Amino acid sequence: MAQNTSEIRYLTPPSVEIKKKKYCRFKKNGIKYVDYKDPEFLKKFLNEQGKILPRRITGTSLKYQRKVGQAIKRARQIALLPYVTDMMK
Amino acid sequence: MLNQYETVFICTPVLSDPQVKETVNKFKDIITKSGGEMVNDEDWGMKKLAYPIQKKSTGFYHLFEFKADPSLISKLEIEFRRDERVIRFMTVKLEKYAVEYSEKRRRLRKEKTEKKEG
Repeated sequence: MAQNTSEIRYLTPPSVEIKKKKYCRFKKNGIKYVDYKDPEFLKKFLNEQGKILPRRITGTSLKYQRKVGQAIKRARQIALLPYVTDMMK
Repeated sequence: MLNQYETVFICTPVLSDPQVKETVNKFKDIITKSGGEMVNDEDWGMKKLAYPIQKKSTGFYHLFEFKADPSLISKLEIEFRRDERVIRFMTVKLEKYAVEYSEKRRRLRKEKTEKKEG
């Protein structure tokens, strides 16, 4: 029986989606400090409402996610990034 | 014990250029006179704020990098709070990697300005 199941043939081969593996851009590029004075770079970690994107979307490692969060909050304090907004990009 | 710090502050847009310079020099004097050592001093010029502060949508940004004793910071921040020309300020202590980064950033900026002039 077990052999039979392995011999199932599909008319169209089942599409196997190859997911692109996410990676931490800081670890890959050897960035050790996240600068709060560069709002254009930090915008990569925000959605269009100006909220910080979760790790599961950006792929950042926990260590650098904390630093990104810190940097974004600092940038907000000196009005380089908005606290709340619409249509940022 | 000297730490490296970095201060960004925003002056009101109602000031004229010499008034902004005067404000900047005032705070520079406070740092140098109380035993701090200026490392870098950057003028970002007039910039748009991401959200209004005191009903103003623009401001003059200025960046100081300096080495100082921790006791100087509270003194400096009191002066910032007292000064009505400054609408926002933030002082951050630079850790090991941040110092490295700021040195690199300074070098890049220097090269950029030299290229523009040359």
